[in-house]
Amino acid sequence: MLHAIYLGLASFSLWLLLSGYFEIFLLSLGLLSTCLVVYIARRMDVADHEGRSLHMHVFRLFGYWAWLGMEIVKANLDVTRRILDPRLPISPEVFWSPVTQGSEVGRVAYANSITLTPGTVAIDLEGDEVEVHALNREAADGVRSGEMDRKVTALDL
Amino acid sequence: MLEMARDLLSWAFILGGGFFLIVGGIGLLRLPDFFTRLHAAGIIDTMGAELMLAGFVLQAGFSLVTVKLLLIVLFIMFTSPTAAHALAKAALHGGYKPRLATGGDDDRGSD
Repeated sequence: MLHAIYLGLASFSLWLLLSGYFEIFLLSLGLLSTCLVVYIARRMDVADHEGRSLHMHVFRLFGYWAWLGMEIVKANLDVTRRILDPRLPISPEVFWSPVTQGSEVGRVAYANSITLTPGTVAIDLEGDEVEVHALNREAADGVRSGEMDRKVTALDL
Repeated sequence: MLEMARDLLSWAFILGGGFFLIVGGIGLLRLPDFFTRLHAAGIIDTMGAELMLAGFVLQAGFSLVTVKLLLIVLFIMFTSPTAAHALAKAALHGGYKPRLATGGDDDRGSD
């Protein structure tokens, strides 16, 4: 029930931000659609399982995003250099790498972080391993080192 | 003066974003197979789109438009890797095999 209230509050704030209207009639329409969304989410049985994200440590998350942003910039410059190099120095490989996150959200966050970094794409997630396609060996070694895996696990999502 | 600095910075972001969008496009054409092309698409999703949006945020200033732009940034960050993953997985299930390095064309040589 608490999660449903959180979901309602979050949805309505999002509605306010996106609309920018503050007339009574439009506000009540927004409230109506919020209630509809919460009702549907509860009926679909998703509101009570996936509301965990509200409990996570927001500051640690922003710290991780800053680190991830730097990694993304570095990876972008590297892949850009390879694409523009006339010799096209790539050596694609596919490998499995261990995943240490306990929760589903954590594993998705890790796999998405891998994909978000150019040069590596998570193509499968099975058991405690993620299958990664890498554009070249340096990018693959980056995933193999497990640094990103540890950082996501430390978020405790 | 401040206005001009903001414009300059915003143009730097937008031009930078444009550069990475073009690089992504070149990558889509140059790279050899579907899976390697996903990496080029990754450049477009991250550096290309985000630098563009950062430039737009500077132009919009402190307003509701900025909030919306930042929400777009957030949504792109969450949806684009999901879409890339779905594409890659669909390709694998469709029986499409990634073309792997044979060892000879690596810039660092073999192990």
